Amino acid sequence: MSAPILEIRDLSIALPSGGDRSHAVNHVSLTVGAGEIVCLVGESGSGKSVIAQSVMGLLPKSLPVTSGQILLQGEDITHAPLSRLRELRATRMSMIFQEPMTALNPVMTCGDQIDEVLREHTSLNAAQRREKVLEIVREVLLPDPERIIASYPHQLSGGQRQRIVIAMALVLDPVLLIADEPTTALDVTTQAQILKLVLELQKRHGAGVLFITHDFGVVAEVAHRVAVLRLGDLVELGPKDDVLRRPQHDYTRMLMSSVPRMEVTERPVPADAPVVLQVKQLAKTYRDKGWFGPAREVHAAKAVNFDIRRGRTLGIVGESGSGKSTVARCIVRLIDPTGGEVLLGGDDIAMMPPGQLRPLRKRVQIVFQDPYRSLNPRRTIAEAMIEGPMNYGTSREEAMRKARELLEFVRMDASSLDRYPHQFSGGQRQRLCIARALAMEPELLIADEAVSALDVSVQAQVLKLLADIRDRLNLAMLFITHDLRVAAKVCDQVAVMSKGEVVEYGSAAQVFGSPSHAYTRALFEAAPGKGYEFGAG
Amino acid sequence: MSTESTNFEALSVESASVVRQVSTWQRLSRNTSVRVGGIVLALLVLISLAAPWMGTVDPTLFDPASRDLLPGQKGEITTLEGESLEHTFLMGSDSFGRDIYSRVIYGTQVSLIVGLATAVVSMVFGVLLGLLAGYLRWLDGPMMRVMDGVMSIPAILIAIALVAMLKGSLLTVIVAIAIPEIPRVVRLVRSLVLTIREEPYVEAAVSLGTPTWKIMLRHILPNTIAPLIVQGTFICASGILVEAILSFLGVGLPPDIPTWGNVMAEGRAQFNEYPHNIFFPGIFLAVTVLAVNILGDGLRDTLDPKMAKRI
Repeated sequence: MSAPILEIRDLSIALPSGGDRSHAVNHVSLTVGAGEIVCLVGESGSGKSVIAQSVMGLLPKSLPVTSGQILLQGEDITHAPLSRLRELRATRMSMIFQEPMTALNPVMTCGDQIDEVLREHTSLNAAQRREKVLEIVREVLLPDPERIIASYPHQLSGGQRQRIVIAMALVLDPVLLIADEPTTALDVTTQAQILKLVLELQKRHGAGVLFITHDFGVVAEVAHRVAVLRLGDLVELGPKDDVLRRPQHDYTRMLMSSVPRMEVTERPVPADAPVVLQVKQLAKTYRDKGWFGPAREVHAAKAVNFDIRRGRTLGIVGESGSGKSTVARCIVRLIDPTGGEVLLGGDDIAMMPPGQLRPLRKRVQIVFQDPYRSLNPRRTIAEAMIEGPMNYGTSREEAMRKARELLEFVRMDASSLDRYPHQFSGGQRQRLCIARALAMEPELLIADEAVSALDVSVQAQVLKLLADIRDRLNLAMLFITHDLRVAAKVCDQVAVMSKGEVVEYGSAAQVFGSPSHAYTRALFEAAPGKGYEFGAG
Repeated sequence: MSTESTNFEALSVESASVVRQVSTWQRLSRNTSVRVGGIVLALLVLISLAAPWMGTVDPTLFDPASRDLLPGQKGEITTLEGESLEHTFLMGSDSFGRDIYSRVIYGTQVSLIVGLATAVVSMVFGVLLGLLAGYLRWLDGPMMRVMDGVMSIPAILIAIALVAMLKGSLLTVIVAIAIPEIPRVVRLVRSLVLTIREEPYVEAAVSLGTPTWKIMLRHILPNTIAPLIVQGTFICASGILVEAILSFLGVGLPPDIPTWGNVMAEGRAQFNEYPHNIFFPGIFLAVTVLAVNILGDGLRDTLDPKMAKRI
């Protein structure tokens, strides 16, 4: 094998003192060869992005390299001066970022931004540069290159923006490409296209790729070799199939066992369970009444129908903007639907005035996506937990007793009650949010992307907890997610939404097994690593 | 599911990380700006409280025999009982023969009271109106237009008009300075409320059946406090300054009340011969306003890091 393009030798990077550990990266060694894709995987805080930044020379001063070397084609760039790094960036190594909107300058056209790279690093004249810009834009498969290069970033879709970022990274044919979660901010179908593009371009240009991701589906899709990081330590490094199917280290095995399978496990459920929630022809239309011109209408949800029985979980699956969260928020009445019925038992709460609605609110509770914003930072856990019951006349003592019980139920320590939200991790906060919702003794629990912000191992724990709750308390659950793996794991029934409409609705086994709608099939087709068997060894 | 036997939860990264935290007080006391501003202000408060015991005489006393003394000169001063006292005029005397040192020291009281009171009054009203405007959508438009209207009137003009209509008293001056500040607080609070009301924890409270007024008091108000405290210090500084300006222009407190602005106004005519008449109160005014502003900057950096980056 020829000399590696990137060689990281025994790299250690210190964290500022006062943190919970001394090193962001601890004696990590790995190589990326020409034409090779090495996936750097790990949960949040594992140091994977720090490694990427250190290679590009983008580390903040507070994170100094304390030992080791970074070699780019044999040249030690660990402590290279800024001027040298500037020469190397874009020409020999370049980076693709997670969020294409913030990686691009909003006040420059996309063409100018690619052109800037050429102006800095080449002596081409304007006409040659324009020719090259058009060529690379065509290469990343953007339609109508002339129009695209004259557009500003906000005029393009997320996927198109990421293509522009990729074009910028590849325009000078670098030998090393660092991709830091390049598809995390994108929808699953867009993600599939971008991954395909990266793979194609990588093959054509022969670049080595350091691909950072937390998504094992993506790893299965793109990696040649996989490096697993845990709290700054490299715990396992090897060929993809070895790491994903026959992991050696306990941590990797734990991760692999946490990755939800893309297969439905059918649970026996009584067919005659009572219907808890029935949604009929639910619609939400946003009307933008301009002063001039006709009003603009956006149908966030139209004619949505489904029902949920006690003890069952209905999953609503869809991409961003499909209207799945709108439906959830209409059911909780955080927003007011513009049409249809939401039948909770016998009551239609869709249009109910606030006064009448209040006593019914406790019957539906919701857990949100972002655990860091779901708890008021200035109130203790106890205050959060007793707020709901006390709104409905429970005494403080009784509410506190129940709060302690529920904490135990979600496997949190009773001492949590006196603490503030910032003292907990994301997964712990999500447990607390679930406990807070359960304190209301709801008939229906809505989880709106409730595990999407969590690391895969924590996600597995919370999913298990949710399934536990549903079975033990025998309540109905509405589970909203963009992640098909998660949906397959927890749902009994699935509704697939696209552009505000339910395009497919049926039992999970039926929807996953033999999808009938073209959109559902496209969605499944796009799921990364769909056919890959992960093994826990 | 054979893997369930291993204790995987213990391996999870989350359980390994310990959340460390530093209390707000610790962060505040580590900030140099907070320390410097705080210490200077504490000194000024001390001075204002200890004014009678700092070698001062009654600041309204005068003695025609001791007119226009230079700093450090000795002279006589007549008490209300008609006694004549030997007195060292540390900062000299004005054209009535009043002790500038005593007037400046006592003036500290007035300035601090005016600064604090304007900040409190404008914040109380500003928070109330801002909360309502931000949370009740139908009130937002009308309320903000009224605030725009108030903002369009120059602050000094409102003050002059008020003082002209009512009598020049401490209360009038405080009200006159506070009114033009209210719209600024309202705008700040409203913008904060507009972001906070979209936070999931507010939505969670809605679905927990918490009444609107409780949501405003428990969930929204406490999360506006940090930026408000910062804004409050800036209002306080500007209040002190505006009071001095009003007094200097002769539309503030009555001239016999010792305020820095009044002292400077009296010294204005003789500035060429006796610059100390303006110099000493000017120094106090500058130091006080600077200290409040430095404290405000420090508070902003520690309490409200997002805003610190923006400005």
